[in-house]
Amino acid sequence: MSSALPIISLEQVSKSFGKSGAASAYVAVDRLDLQIGRGQLLALLGRTGCGKSTIFNMIAGLTEPTSGTVRVDGRNPFQDFDFFRGKMAIVFQGDRLLPWRTAVQNVELGLEMLDVPAAERRERALRWLATLGLKGHENDYPHALSGGMRQRVSIARAFATDANILLCDEPFSALDEMTGRTLRAEFVRLVRDNGKTAVFITHSINEALEIGDRIVVLKRPANIAIDLPLATTTPAAEKEAIRHQIQTALAA
Amino acid sequence: MTTPEAAPAHSTGWSAALGRRGLSYVVPFVVVAGLWQFASLFFPPFLFPSLVDVFKRCIDILTTWSQLADVLATVGRILAGLAGAFIVGAALAVLMVRSRAVNDFLSPILTLFQGIPALSWVVFAIIWFHGIEPRIFFIMVMTTLPAFTFQVLSALQAMSRDLMEMVMSFRPTRAKLFRVMIIPAILPDILTAWKVNLGNASRVVVVAELVGATGGVGYELLQQQQLFDMAGALAWTLQLVFFVLIAQAVLSFVESVAFRYRAVSERSL
Repeated sequence: MSSALPIISLEQVSKSFGKSGAASAYVAVDRLDLQIGRGQLLALLGRTGCGKSTIFNMIAGLTEPTSGTVRVDGRNPFQDFDFFRGKMAIVFQGDRLLPWRTAVQNVELGLEMLDVPAAERRERALRWLATLGLKGHENDYPHALSGGMRQRVSIARAFATDANILLCDEPFSALDEMTGRTLRAEFVRLVRDNGKTAVFITHSINEALEIGDRIVVLKRPANIAIDLPLATTTPAAEKEAIRHQIQTALAA
Repeated sequence: MTTPEAAPAHSTGWSAALGRRGLSYVVPFVVVAGLWQFASLFFPPFLFPSLVDVFKRCIDILTTWSQLADVLATVGRILAGLAGAFIVGAALAVLMVRSRAVNDFLSPILTLFQGIPALSWVVFAIIWFHGIEPRIFFIMVMTTLPAFTFQVLSALQAMSRDLMEMVMSFRPTRAKLFRVMIIPAILPDILTAWKVNLGNASRVVVVAELVGATGGVGYELLQQQQLFDMAGALAWTLQLVFFVLIAQAVLSFVESVAFRYRAVSERSL
């Protein structure tokens, strides 16, 4: 259940690449205002190159806005980078598993950063691998796993830290439709069961409709085109109307 | 159903392949040794000594403490020089990755160093330093430093940005970042750098000892040259070759253990 108090807040945020103010500067995000409530599962939808990943990186504290303020839990995620250790986890577009670590060692990565004792670390990692259907593959290296399995490991890695905020950058876009759908359903269940706040970036309307309890459609450069609340109980006919609305916004 | 013959057939195939591989490795050495032995029948011993004499000298070196100490001194100098160059080179490479200004400043200097012949460093060392060991250490470090620095620098620059971002997203401390990401990512290049520099260092150390030392394989080679003792010269040279082969084998073993995670394609290049 989402609370009204925003846990993530972007106010008049802009991000440009290249020399600021120069004619050649590329504006990726343009004076964006966005508030995300605690416990909310927000689907951030936009066409390729509209600045979704830049927003994602700013929320994650991996890059700084050119202007405006980004606040996560009341703090600046770029300047207070270390404060968010264990409080924020990311599922990337690719699985980004460390090839020199086995599946279980990859899941343990975030827990190592939190200085969780080795035995507890292993126990939690094994539990998450089992939850995601990877029992028996704990000691496999990434090259021995299929694309879907590797992405499951990366989801397990994000959930294992028990972070309150999950940022997901098109994590299922490289998977086939069936695997993607299964993992999406699993992901939504885990987010809801564990009371997480999640920002889910996608360029797929279907994925946004399946996942989000709020869909924000971005125009280019990134700013809100439409902001739509959604509920699991939203009737199919209404969802179709929303789909049409999103398609119109994306086409514009 | 598995037949009882299946397993032995597989093991025979495997051992035959291993045998063929071993044979292909040994045959060139046997041919060269045979040609040498054949030449020794027609030439005086100071030109082509019998391999039996060379073998006896090798055993003599390995079983006489004063001579073995010379071999060990050379090995110690090679390892100390390489370790020193690696530590300094890795530190410089990290600084160069972190700061463009440092990179712009150090790159031309290191390139310049690469162009300086090993013998020039020997002369500089004799002029600048008094003790034998500081001289040789300096020569070893200066001749292998540029290669180590550039190899570590290249490895650091080639690290996957995606993996780096992923690890950074967990907010690691600097020490943990090095332990979980940077060192495993650059380890293949570090081992390659060691393999390459090991060969270079074993050649340079002989030059350094030849001119500026009173002990070691290089010094002993100088003695053999003055005595026109070809069997001794070969035996001392072989000590260094054996060391390089053993060190390469150790590095290969480390590689096979450290990189067991790598996928092996059924089709090779």
